[in-house]
Amino acid sequence: MFRNSYDNDSITYSPTGRLFQVEYALEAIKQGSASVGLVSKTHAVVVALKASGENIYICADLVVIRSAEELGSYQKKIIRIDDHLGIALAGLAPDARVLSNFMRQQAMSSRMIYNRPIPISRVVSAIGDKAQRNTQTYGRRPYGVGLLVAGFDETGPHLFEFQPSGTVLEYFGAAIGARSQSARTYLERNFDQFPEASLEDLVLHGLRALRDTLAQDKELLAQNTSIGIVGLDTKFTLYDNDDVRGWLEKLGNVGSTRGRRPPEEREPEATEDAPVTDAPPPEETDTVEPIETDA
Amino acid sequence: MDHMPENWGRPRSEIYGVYNSAIHNAGPATHTQQPSITGTSVIALKYNKGVMLAADNLASYGSLARFTDQERLIKVGKETVVGISGDVSDMQYIELLLERLIIEDNYEQDGHNLRAPHIYEYLSRVMYNRRSKVDPLWNAILVAGKKDDGSPFLAYVDLLGVTYSSPSIATGFGAYLAVPLLRKIASDDGDEKKITEEQARAAIDECMKVLFYRDARSLDKYSVATVTTDGEVTIEQNVRCKDMSWRFAEHIHGYGTQKM
Repeated sequence: MFRNSYDNDSITYSPTGRLFQVEYALEAIKQGSASVGLVSKTHAVVVALKASGENIYICADLVVIRSAEELGSYQKKIIRIDDHLGIALAGLAPDARVLSNFMRQQAMSSRMIYNRPIPISRVVSAIGDKAQRNTQTYGRRPYGVGLLVAGFDETGPHLFEFQPSGTVLEYFGAAIGARSQSARTYLERNFDQFPEASLEDLVLHGLRALRDTLAQDKELLAQNTSIGIVGLDTKFTLYDNDDVRGWLEKLGNVGSTRGRRPPEEREPEATEDAPVTDAPPPEETDTVEPIETDA
Repeated sequence: MDHMPENWGRPRSEIYGVYNSAIHNAGPATHTQQPSITGTSVIALKYNKGVMLAADNLASYGSLARFTDQERLIKVGKETVVGISGDVSDMQYIELLLERLIIEDNYEQDGHNLRAPHIYEYLSRVMYNRRSKVDPLWNAILVAGKKDDGSPFLAYVDLLGVTYSSPSIATGFGAYLAVPLLRKIASDDGDEKKITEEQARAAIDECMKVLFYRDARSLDKYSVATVTTDGEVTIEQNVRCKDMSWRFAEHIHGYGTQKM
Protein backbone atom coordinates (compact mmCIF):
# COMPACT_ATOMS: atom_id res chain seq x y z
CA MET A 1 0.00 0.00 0.00
CA PHE A 2 2.73 2.44 0.98
CA ARG A 3 5.42 0.86 -1.14
CA ASN A 4 8.34 3.14 -1.72
CA SER A 5 8.51 3.48 -5.50
CA TYR A 6 11.85 5.28 -5.54
CA ASP A 7 14.03 2.46 -4.26
CA ASN A 8 13.95 0.13 -7.24
CA ASP A 9 17.39 1.08 -8.45
CA SER A 10 20.39 2.92 -7.14
CA ILE A 11 20.39 5.79 -9.60
CA THR A 12 16.87 7.24 -9.45
CA TYR A 13 16.47 10.19 -7.11
CA SER A 14 13.29 10.51 -5.11
CA PRO A 15 11.43 13.84 -5.54
CA THR A 16 13.09 14.94 -2.30
CA GLY A 17 16.52 14.28 -3.73
CA ARG A 18 17.38 11.05 -1.98
CA LEU A 19 18.88 7.83 -3.28
CA PHE A 20 17.15 5.17 -1.18
CA GLN A 21 19.32 2.26 -2.25
CA VAL A 22 22.36 4.21 -1.12
CA GLU A 23 20.66 4.97 2.18
CA TYR A 24 19.80 1.29 2.63
CA ALA A 25 23.46 0.44 2.00
CA LEU A 26 24.45 2.91 4.70
CA GLU A 27 21.95 1.16 7.00
CA ALA A 28 23.46 -2.22 6.16
CA ILE A 29 26.70 -1.05 7.76
CA LYS A 30 24.86 -0.52 11.03
CA GLN A 31 23.65 -4.14 10.92
CA GLY A 32 27.24 -5.39 11.03
CA SER A 33 29.21 -5.62 14.26
CA ALA A 34 31.30 -2.62 15.15
CA SER A 35 34.80 -1.61 14.09
CA VAL A 36 36.78 1.21 15.66
CA GLY A 37 39.87 2.99 14.38
CA LEU A 38 42.16 5.66 15.80
CA VAL A 39 45.53 7.28 15.11
CA SER A 40 48.41 8.68 17.14
CA LYS A 41 51.39 10.60 15.76
CA THR A 42 53.14 7.32 15.02
CA HIS A 43 50.54 4.58 14.65
CA ALA A 44 47.12 3.75 13.28
CA VAL A 45 45.05 1.09 15.00
CA VAL A 46 41.82 -0.68 14.11
CA VAL A 47 39.91 -2.90 16.51
CA ALA A 48 36.85 -4.90 15.57
CA LEU A 49 34.18 -7.01 17.15
CA LYS A 50 33.51 -10.22 15.26
CA ALA A 51 29.87 -11.04 14.51
CA SER A 52 28.00 -12.25 17.57
CA GLY A 53 25.50 -15.14 17.69
CA GLU A 54 22.29 -13.12 17.80
CA ASN A 55 23.28 -11.10 14.79
CA ILE A 56 21.41 -13.41 12.50
CA TYR A 57 20.80 -11.70 9.21
CA ILE A 58 22.43 -8.92 7.35
CA CYS A 59 20.14 -7.42 4.75
CA ALA A 60 20.82 -5.01 1.95
CA ASP A 61 19.07 -4.63 -1.34
CA LEU A 62 17.09 -7.83 -0.81
CA VAL A 63 20.29 -9.81 -0.35
CA VAL A 64 20.09 -11.91 2.80
CA ILE A 65 23.16 -13.58 4.17
CA ARG A 66 23.51 -15.81 7.18
CA SER A 67 25.99 -14.65 9.75
CA ALA A 68 29.28 -16.46 9.68
CA GLU A 69 28.85 -17.83 13.17
CA GLU A 70 25.93 -19.97 12.09
CA LEU A 71 28.36 -21.60 9.73
CA GLY A 72 30.63 -22.42 12.65
CA SER A 73 33.20 -19.62 12.45
CA TYR A 74 33.48 -15.95 13.28
CA GLN A 75 33.37 -13.36 10.55
CA LYS A 76 36.75 -12.09 9.37
CA LYS A 77 36.73 -8.42 10.35
CA ILE A 78 40.22 -7.09 9.69
CA ILE A 79 42.00 -7.63 6.39
CA ARG A 80 45.63 -6.92 5.63
CA ILE A 81 46.05 -5.16 2.28
CA ASP A 82 49.79 -4.58 2.24
CA ASP A 83 52.68 -4.20 4.69
CA HIS A 84 51.64 -0.63 5.39
CA LEU A 85 47.89 -0.88 5.06
CA GLY A 86 44.86 -2.76 6.37
CA ILE A 87 41.10 -2.42 6.71
CA ALA A 88 38.40 -3.16 9.28
CA LEU A 89 34.88 -3.67 8.02
CA ALA A 90 31.27 -3.50 9.09
CA GLY A 91 28.50 -4.82 6.88
CA LEU A 92 28.51 -7.30 4.04
CA ALA A 93 31.73 -9.29 4.20
CA PRO A 94 31.58 -10.42 0.55
CA ASP A 95 31.51 -6.80 -0.58
CA ALA A 96 34.49 -6.09 1.65
CA ARG A 97 36.28 -8.95 -0.06
CA VAL A 98 35.68 -7.35 -3.46
CA LEU A 99 36.97 -4.02 -2.21
CA SER A 100 39.96 -5.51 -0.41
CA ASN A 101 40.95 -7.54 -3.46
CA PHE A 102 40.80 -4.34 -5.50
CA MET A 103 42.88 -2.48 -2.91
CA ARG A 104 45.44 -5.31 -2.95
CA GLN A 105 45.69 -5.03 -6.72
CA GLN A 106 46.20 -1.29 -6.47
CA ALA A 107 48.83 -1.76 -3.77
CA MET A 108 50.71 -4.39 -5.78
CA SER A 109 50.69 -2.37 -9.00
CA SER A 110 52.03 0.64 -7.11
CA ARG A 111 54.88 -1.52 -5.85
CA MET A 112 55.48 -3.03 -9.27
CA ILE A 113 55.32 0.13 -11.39
CA TYR A 114 56.74 2.70 -8.99
CA ASN A 115 58.51 0.61 -6.34
CA ARG A 116 56.46 2.57 -3.84
CA PRO A 117 53.97 1.52 -1.15
CA ILE A 118 50.71 3.05 -2.33
CA PRO A 119 49.84 6.33 -0.57
CA ILE A 120 46.86 5.66 1.73
CA SER A 121 44.85 8.62 0.47
CA ARG A 122 45.16 7.38 -3.12
CA VAL A 123 43.99 3.83 -2.55
CA VAL A 124 41.13 5.18 -0.46
CA SER A 125 39.99 7.60 -3.13
CA ALA A 126 40.25 4.74 -5.65
CA ILE A 127 37.67 2.69 -3.71
CA GLY A 128 35.64 5.86 -3.13
CA ASP A 129 35.41 6.41 -6.89
CA LYS A 130 34.65 2.74 -7.44
CA ALA A 131 31.76 2.88 -4.96
CA GLN A 132 30.42 6.17 -6.26
CA ARG A 133 30.30 4.76 -9.78
CA ASN A 134 27.69 2.25 -8.57
CA THR A 135 25.42 5.08 -7.51
CA GLN A 136 25.14 6.45 -11.03
CA THR A 137 25.32 3.32 -13.17
CA TYR A 138 22.06 1.57 -13.94
CA GLY A 139 21.95 -2.12 -13.08
CA ARG A 140 24.50 -1.91 -10.29
CA ARG A 141 24.04 -1.76 -6.53
CA PRO A 142 25.96 0.12 -3.86
CA TYR A 143 28.42 -1.82 -1.74
CA GLY A 144 26.80 -2.91 1.53
CA VAL A 145 29.88 -2.38 3.62
CA GLY A 146 31.69 0.40 5.45
CA LEU A 147 35.45 0.29 5.89
CA LEU A 148 37.97 1.82 8.22
CA VAL A 149 41.26 2.04 6.38
CA ALA A 150 44.34 2.26 8.58
CA GLY A 151 47.75 2.78 7.06
CA PHE A 152 51.14 4.38 7.35
CA ASP A 153 52.91 6.15 4.49
CA GLU A 154 55.45 8.93 3.86
CA THR A 155 53.03 11.46 5.30
CA GLY A 156 52.53 9.47 8.53
CA PRO A 157 49.75 7.34 9.97
CA HIS A 158 46.25 7.70 8.52
CA LEU A 159 42.73 6.56 9.28
CA PHE A 160 40.00 6.87 6.66
CA GLU A 161 36.35 5.96 6.81
CA PHE A 162 34.84 4.64 3.59
CA GLN A 163 31.09 4.53 2.94
CA PRO A 164 29.09 2.92 0.10
CA SER A 165 27.98 6.37 -1.05
CA GLY A 166 31.59 6.92 -2.14
CA THR A 167 32.30 9.22 0.78
CA VAL A 168 35.81 8.94 2.15
CA LEU A 169 36.95 11.12 5.03
CA GLU A 170 40.03 11.12 7.19
CA TYR A 171 39.62 10.92 10.96
CA PHE A 172 41.61 10.96 14.19
CA GLY A 173 39.18 8.35 15.46
CA ALA A 174 36.17 6.72 13.85
CA ALA A 175 33.71 3.93 14.50
CA ILE A 176 31.28 2.09 12.22
CA GLY A 177 28.77 -0.71 12.70
CA ALA A 178 26.18 -1.69 15.31
CA ARG A 179 25.98 0.65 18.33
CA SER A 180 29.03 2.51 16.99
CA GLN A 181 27.60 5.78 18.32
CA SER A 182 28.70 4.69 21.79
CA ALA A 183 32.25 4.17 20.53
CA ARG A 184 32.19 7.57 18.80
CA THR A 185 31.09 9.13 22.07
CA TYR A 186 34.08 7.55 23.79
CA LEU A 187 36.39 8.72 20.99
CA GLU A 188 35.03 12.27 21.11
CA ARG A 189 35.68 12.45 24.84
CA ASN A 190 39.22 11.11 24.59
CA PHE A 191 40.59 11.97 21.17
CA ASP A 192 42.73 14.83 22.50
CA GLN A 193 44.94 12.20 24.12
CA PHE A 194 45.44 10.15 20.97
CA PRO A 195 48.21 12.09 19.19
CA GLU A 196 50.70 11.68 22.03
CA ALA A 197 49.48 8.24 23.16
CA SER A 198 51.84 5.27 23.20
CA LEU A 199 50.92 2.34 20.98
CA GLU A 200 49.69 0.42 24.03
CA ASP A 201 47.50 3.29 25.21
CA LEU A 202 46.16 3.76 21.71
CA VAL A 203 45.10 0.12 21.45
CA LEU A 204 43.51 0.28 24.91
CA HIS A 205 41.59 3.43 23.92
CA GLY A 206 40.39 1.49 20.89
CA LEU A 207 39.34 -1.50 22.96
CA ARG A 208 37.49 0.71 25.45
CA ALA A 209 35.63 2.35 22.58
CA LEU A 210 34.84 -1.06 21.13
CA ARG A 211 33.73 -2.31 24.55
CA ASP A 212 31.14 0.47 24.61
CA THR A 213 29.49 -1.01 21.51
CA LEU A 214 28.84 -4.36 23.17
CA ALA A 215 25.27 -5.50 23.67
CA GLN A 216 24.11 -6.04 27.23
CA ASP A 217 25.71 -9.06 28.98
CA LYS A 218 28.33 -9.38 26.26
CA GLU A 219 32.06 -9.08 26.74
CA LEU A 220 35.21 -8.77 24.68
CA LEU A 221 36.74 -12.22 24.29
CA ALA A 222 39.78 -13.57 22.54
CA GLN A 223 37.35 -15.25 20.11
CA ASN A 224 35.41 -12.14 19.16
CA THR A 225 38.03 -9.39 19.15
CA SER A 226 40.49 -8.49 16.39
CA ILE A 227 43.21 -5.84 16.51
CA GLY A 228 45.15 -4.44 13.58
CA ILE A 229 48.21 -2.26 14.14
CA VAL A 230 50.37 -0.36 11.67
CA GLY A 231 52.81 2.50 12.12
CA LEU A 232 56.34 3.82 12.09
CA ASP A 233 58.67 0.81 11.69
CA THR A 234 55.66 -1.45 12.29
CA LYS A 235 54.28 -3.49 9.41
CA PHE A 236 50.55 -4.11 9.46
CA THR A 237 50.01 -6.76 12.14
CA LEU A 238 46.76 -8.57 12.83
CA TYR A 239 46.08 -9.86 16.34
CA ASP A 240 43.41 -12.54 16.51
CA ASN A 241 42.28 -15.25 18.95
CA ASP A 242 45.08 -16.12 21.43
CA ASP A 243 47.12 -13.10 20.34
CA VAL A 244 44.53 -10.66 21.69
CA ARG A 245 44.40 -12.31 25.12
CA GLY A 246 47.32 -10.21 26.34
CA TRP A 247 45.61 -7.01 25.17
CA LEU A 248 42.36 -7.96 26.90
CA GLU A 249 44.25 -8.61 30.13
CA LYS A 250 45.73 -5.12 29.91
CA LEU A 251 42.25 -3.75 29.31
CA GLY A 252 40.95 -5.37 32.53
CA ASN A 253 37.20 -4.97 32.45
CA VAL A 254 36.01 -6.56 29.22
CA GLY A 255 32.28 -6.61 29.97
CA SER A 256 29.53 -4.52 28.46
CA THR A 257 28.86 -1.26 30.27
CA ARG A 258 25.31 -1.17 29.02
CA GLY A 259 22.42 -1.10 31.47
CA ARG A 260 23.32 -0.51 35.10
CA ARG A 261 26.95 0.00 35.82
CA PRO A 262 28.53 -0.35 39.27
CA PRO A 263 29.92 3.11 40.20
CA GLU A 264 33.46 1.84 40.85
CA GLU A 265 33.73 0.58 37.26
CA ARG A 266 32.74 3.85 35.72
CA GLU A 267 35.34 5.72 33.72
CA PRO A 268 36.65 8.61 35.84
CA GLU A 269 36.23 11.19 33.05
CA ALA A 270 32.54 10.32 32.78
CA THR A 271 31.85 12.15 36.06
CA GLU A 272 33.29 15.39 34.66
CA ASP A 273 30.67 15.59 31.99
CA ALA A 274 27.61 17.15 33.52
CA PRO A 275 24.87 15.53 31.44
CA VAL A 276 26.01 11.99 32.24
CA THR A 277 23.81 10.45 34.93
CA ASP A 278 23.45 6.95 36.30
CA ALA A 279 20.90 6.27 33.66
CA PRO A 280 22.15 4.33 30.69
CA PRO A 281 23.35 6.56 27.88
CA PRO A 282 20.52 7.27 25.48
CA GLU A 283 20.60 5.20 22.33
CA GLU A 284 21.88 8.02 20.21
CA THR A 285 21.41 8.03 16.45
CA ASP A 286 21.68 4.26 16.19
CA THR A 287 17.96 3.83 15.68
CA VAL A 288 16.95 3.67 12.06
CA GLU A 289 14.97 6.70 11.09
CA PRO A 290 11.66 5.88 9.43
CA ILE A 291 12.03 6.37 5.75
CA GLU A 292 9.83 9.07 4.36
CA THR A 293 7.49 7.74 1.75
CA ASP A 294 7.26 10.04 -1.18
CA ALA A 295 4.52 8.13 -2.94
CA MET B 1 34.66 -17.70 -63.15
CA ASP B 2 37.63 -16.84 -61.02
CA HIS B 3 36.58 -17.40 -57.43
CA MET B 4 39.65 -15.70 -55.91
CA PRO B 5 38.66 -12.14 -54.89
CA GLU B 6 42.27 -10.94 -54.90
CA ASN B 7 42.35 -11.56 -58.64
CA TRP B 8 39.24 -9.51 -59.41
CA GLY B 9 39.55 -6.11 -61.01
CA ARG B 10 43.16 -6.66 -62.05
CA PRO B 11 44.69 -6.28 -65.50
CA ARG B 12 44.27 -9.55 -67.38
CA SER B 13 47.25 -11.82 -66.84
CA GLU B 14 47.25 -13.13 -70.42
CA ILE B 15 47.71 -9.58 -71.72
CA TYR B 16 49.74 -7.79 -69.02
CA GLY B 17 51.58 -10.70 -67.39
CA VAL B 18 51.07 -12.25 -63.95
CA TYR B 19 50.42 -9.77 -61.12
CA ASN B 20 53.36 -9.45 -58.71
CA SER B 21 51.71 -10.24 -55.37
CA ALA B 22 54.79 -9.01 -53.49
CA ILE B 23 53.49 -5.48 -54.16
CA HIS B 24 50.47 -5.82 -51.86
CA ASN B 25 52.10 -8.27 -49.47
CA ALA B 26 55.41 -6.65 -48.59
CA GLY B 27 56.44 -9.04 -45.80
CA PRO B 28 55.93 -9.22 -42.03
CA ALA B 29 55.32 -6.16 -39.84
CA THR B 30 58.54 -4.72 -38.50
CA HIS B 31 59.37 -2.30 -35.74
CA THR B 32 62.40 -0.09 -35.14
CA GLN B 33 65.47 -2.10 -36.04
CA GLN B 34 68.02 0.67 -35.69
CA PRO B 35 68.15 4.15 -34.24
CA SER B 36 68.37 7.12 -36.59
CA ILE B 37 69.24 10.42 -34.86
CA THR B 38 71.34 9.50 -31.86
CA GLY B 39 72.91 11.03 -28.79
CA THR B 40 76.11 9.49 -27.49
CA SER B 41 77.25 8.68 -23.93
CA VAL B 42 75.75 9.93 -20.69
CA ILE B 43 78.10 9.71 -17.72
CA ALA B 44 77.30 10.01 -14.01
CA LEU B 45 79.03 9.81 -10.68
CA LYS B 46 77.83 9.84 -7.09
CA TYR B 47 79.63 12.11 -4.62
CA ASN B 48 79.26 12.89 -0.93
CA LYS B 49 76.32 15.26 -1.34
CA GLY B 50 74.55 14.00 -4.43
CA VAL B 51 74.96 12.85 -8.01
CA MET B 52 76.57 14.58 -10.99
CA LEU B 53 75.72 13.79 -14.61
CA ALA B 54 77.00 14.99 -17.97
CA ALA B 55 75.91 14.53 -21.58
CA ASP B 56 77.09 16.40 -24.66
CA ASN B 57 74.83 18.46 -26.90
CA LEU B 58 75.27 16.52 -30.13
CA ALA B 59 72.53 14.68 -32.01
CA SER B 60 74.13 12.68 -34.82
CA TYR B 61 72.52 11.41 -38.01
CA GLY B 62 74.68 8.36 -38.54
CA SER B 63 78.21 9.79 -38.57
CA LEU B 64 76.95 13.27 -39.48
CA ALA B 65 77.00 15.78 -36.62
CA ARG B 66 73.44 16.89 -37.44
CA PHE B 67 72.33 18.98 -34.41
CA THR B 68 74.73 20.59 -31.97
CA ASP B 69 72.21 21.99 -29.48
CA GLN B 70 70.44 18.89 -28.23
CA GLU B 71 69.84 18.86 -24.45
CA ARG B 72 69.80 15.28 -23.13
CA LEU B 73 69.63 15.83 -19.37
CA ILE B 74 66.02 16.21 -18.25
CA LYS B 75 64.77 17.38 -14.91
CA VAL B 76 61.83 15.19 -13.86
CA GLY B 77 59.74 16.31 -10.91
CA LYS B 78 61.43 18.35 -8.21
CA GLU B 79 64.54 16.34 -7.40
CA THR B 80 65.34 13.89 -10.19
CA VAL B 81 67.43 14.14 -13.34
CA VAL B 82 67.21 11.64 -16.19
CA GLY B 83 70.04 11.44 -18.75
CA ILE B 84 69.21 9.74 -22.03
CA SER B 85 71.48 8.43 -24.79
CA GLY B 86 70.50 6.68 -28.00
CA ASP B 87 67.65 7.48 -30.36
CA VAL B 88 66.56 11.11 -30.01
CA SER B 89 62.96 10.62 -31.15
CA ASP B 90 62.53 7.82 -28.61
CA MET B 91 64.11 10.16 -26.05
CA GLN B 92 61.47 12.75 -26.89
CA TYR B 93 58.78 10.10 -26.40
CA ILE B 94 60.26 9.21 -23.00
CA GLU B 95 60.28 12.92 -22.12
CA LEU B 96 56.58 13.01 -23.01
CA LEU B 97 55.84 9.97 -20.83
CA LEU B 98 57.71 11.46 -17.88
CA GLU B 99 56.02 14.83 -18.28
CA ARG B 100 52.59 13.15 -18.27
CA LEU B 101 53.59 11.05 -15.28
CA ILE B 102 54.59 14.09 -13.25
CA ILE B 103 51.51 16.09 -14.25
CA GLU B 104 49.19 13.23 -13.26
CA ASP B 105 51.07 12.80 -9.99
CA ASN B 106 50.76 16.50 -9.22
CA TYR B 107 46.98 16.50 -9.69
CA GLU B 108 46.62 14.64 -6.39
CA GLN B 109 48.26 17.41 -4.32
CA ASP B 110 48.48 15.00 -1.40
CA GLY B 111 52.11 15.50 -0.41
CA HIS B 112 53.29 12.39 -2.28
CA ASN B 113 55.74 13.13 -5.08
CA LEU B 114 57.51 10.69 -7.36
CA ARG B 115 61.25 10.64 -6.70
CA ALA B 116 64.22 9.04 -8.45
CA PRO B 117 63.67 5.40 -7.32
CA HIS B 118 60.00 5.59 -8.38
CA ILE B 119 60.76 7.19 -11.75
CA TYR B 120 63.52 4.64 -12.30
CA GLU B 121 61.16 1.72 -11.61
CA TYR B 122 58.61 3.22 -13.98
CA LEU B 123 61.18 3.69 -16.76
CA SER B 124 62.56 0.19 -16.32
CA ARG B 125 59.01 -1.20 -16.66
CA VAL B 126 58.44 0.87 -19.82
CA MET B 127 61.77 -0.19 -21.34
CA TYR B 128 61.32 -3.90 -20.59
CA ASN B 129 57.73 -3.80 -21.77
CA ARG B 130 58.74 -2.32 -25.11
CA ARG B 131 61.58 -4.77 -25.60
CA SER B 132 59.09 -7.58 -24.86
CA LYS B 133 56.94 -6.31 -27.72
CA VAL B 134 60.09 -6.51 -29.84
CA ASP B 135 59.61 -2.77 -30.39
CA PRO B 136 62.26 -1.31 -28.11
CA LEU B 137 62.85 2.32 -27.23
CA TRP B 138 66.42 2.59 -28.53
CA ASN B 139 67.97 4.24 -25.50
CA ALA B 140 70.21 3.77 -22.50
CA ILE B 141 69.02 5.85 -19.56
CA LEU B 142 70.56 7.04 -16.30
CA VAL B 143 68.31 8.15 -13.45
CA ALA B 144 69.82 10.28 -10.68
CA GLY B 145 68.35 11.66 -7.48
CA LYS B 146 68.09 10.64 -3.88
CA LYS B 147 66.86 7.51 -2.16
CA ASP B 148 64.16 7.43 0.50
CA ASP B 149 66.87 7.44 3.21
CA GLY B 150 68.38 10.63 1.73
CA SER B 151 71.47 9.03 0.20
CA PRO B 152 72.33 9.59 -3.49
CA PHE B 153 70.57 7.40 -6.07
CA LEU B 154 71.99 6.47 -9.47
CA ALA B 155 70.83 3.66 -11.75
CA TYR B 156 70.84 2.49 -15.37
CA VAL B 157 68.23 0.98 -17.69
CA ASP B 158 68.56 0.32 -21.42
CA LEU B 159 66.65 -0.82 -24.50
CA LEU B 160 66.85 -4.46 -23.39
CA GLY B 161 65.39 -3.68 -19.98
CA VAL B 162 68.75 -4.36 -18.34
CA THR B 163 68.96 -2.60 -14.96
CA TYR B 164 71.76 -2.02 -12.49
CA SER B 165 73.14 0.61 -10.19
CA SER B 166 76.64 1.65 -9.21
CA PRO B 167 78.39 4.72 -7.76
CA SER B 168 79.65 5.53 -11.27
CA ILE B 169 77.85 4.65 -14.50
CA ALA B 170 78.22 5.61 -18.15
CA THR B 171 76.17 4.65 -21.19
CA GLY B 172 77.35 3.89 -24.72
CA PHE B 173 80.99 4.54 -25.56
CA GLY B 174 81.37 6.04 -22.10
CA ALA B 175 80.99 2.53 -20.65
CA TYR B 176 84.40 1.79 -22.21
CA LEU B 177 86.12 5.16 -22.04
CA ALA B 178 84.70 6.92 -18.97
CA VAL B 179 83.88 4.12 -16.54
CA PRO B 180 87.55 3.10 -15.98
CA LEU B 181 88.35 6.73 -15.13
CA LEU B 182 85.32 7.15 -12.88
CA ARG B 183 85.99 3.86 -11.09
CA LYS B 184 89.42 5.13 -10.12
CA ILE B 185 87.62 7.31 -7.59
CA ALA B 186 84.30 5.51 -7.11
CA SER B 187 84.28 1.77 -7.77
CA ASP B 188 82.40 0.31 -4.82
CA ASP B 189 79.24 1.26 -2.95
CA GLY B 190 80.16 3.77 -0.26
CA ASP B 191 83.17 5.18 -2.14
CA GLU B 192 81.08 8.22 -3.04
CA LYS B 193 81.20 9.36 0.58
CA LYS B 194 84.87 10.28 0.14
CA ILE B 195 84.34 12.36 -3.00
CA THR B 196 83.72 16.10 -2.81
CA GLU B 197 81.70 18.03 -5.35
CA GLU B 198 84.91 19.61 -6.75
CA GLN B 199 86.54 16.19 -7.19
CA ALA B 200 83.42 14.86 -8.87
CA ARG B 201 83.28 17.82 -11.24
CA ALA B 202 86.98 17.42 -12.15
CA ALA B 203 86.42 13.72 -12.92
CA ILE B 204 83.31 14.47 -15.01
CA ASP B 205 85.12 17.20 -17.00
CA GLU B 206 88.08 14.89 -17.56
CA CYS B 207 85.81 12.10 -18.81
CA MET B 208 83.97 14.43 -21.20
CA LYS B 209 87.34 15.55 -22.57
CA VAL B 210 88.54 11.98 -23.09
CA LEU B 211 85.22 11.13 -24.74
CA PHE B 212 85.59 14.07 -27.09
CA TYR B 213 89.11 12.93 -27.94
CA ARG B 214 88.16 9.34 -28.72
CA ASP B 215 84.42 9.15 -29.48
CA ALA B 216 83.80 10.30 -33.04
CA ARG B 217 80.10 10.93 -32.31
CA SER B 218 80.77 13.37 -29.48
CA LEU B 219 80.98 17.13 -29.01
CA ASP B 220 83.13 19.40 -26.86
CA LYS B 221 79.99 21.23 -25.69
CA TYR B 222 78.03 19.54 -22.92
CA SER B 223 75.69 19.98 -19.94
CA VAL B 224 76.45 19.09 -16.35
CA ALA B 225 73.62 18.37 -13.92
CA THR B 226 73.87 17.99 -10.17
CA VAL B 227 71.20 16.58 -7.90
CA THR B 228 72.01 17.11 -4.25
CA THR B 229 70.71 15.03 -1.37
CA ASP B 230 68.94 18.21 -0.23
CA GLY B 231 66.86 17.82 -3.38
CA GLU B 232 68.36 20.72 -5.30
CA VAL B 233 68.77 20.31 -9.03
CA THR B 234 71.05 22.47 -11.15
CA ILE B 235 71.76 22.00 -14.84
CA GLU B 236 74.73 23.94 -16.19
CA GLN B 237 74.57 24.24 -19.97
CA ASN B 238 77.07 25.00 -22.73
CA VAL B 239 80.10 23.78 -20.80
CA ARG B 240 83.19 23.49 -23.03
CA CYS B 241 86.07 21.01 -22.85
CA LYS B 242 89.10 22.89 -21.55
CA ASP B 243 92.87 22.51 -21.83
CA MET B 244 92.69 20.08 -24.66
CA SER B 245 95.86 18.88 -26.33
CA TRP B 246 95.63 17.37 -29.78
CA ARG B 247 99.36 16.72 -30.13
CA PHE B 248 98.73 12.97 -29.89
CA ALA B 249 96.86 13.27 -33.19
CA GLU B 250 100.14 13.66 -35.06
CA HIS B 251 100.99 10.10 -34.13
CA ILE B 252 97.78 8.61 -35.39
CA HIS B 253 98.30 7.17 -38.85
CA GLY B 254 96.08 5.45 -41.31
CA TYR B 255 92.87 7.48 -41.11
CA GLY B 256 93.75 10.99 -42.29
CA THR B 257 95.48 12.48 -45.26
CA GLN B 258 99.01 11.97 -43.94
CA LYS B 259 101.45 9.75 -45.78
CA MET B 260 102.97 6.96 -43.74
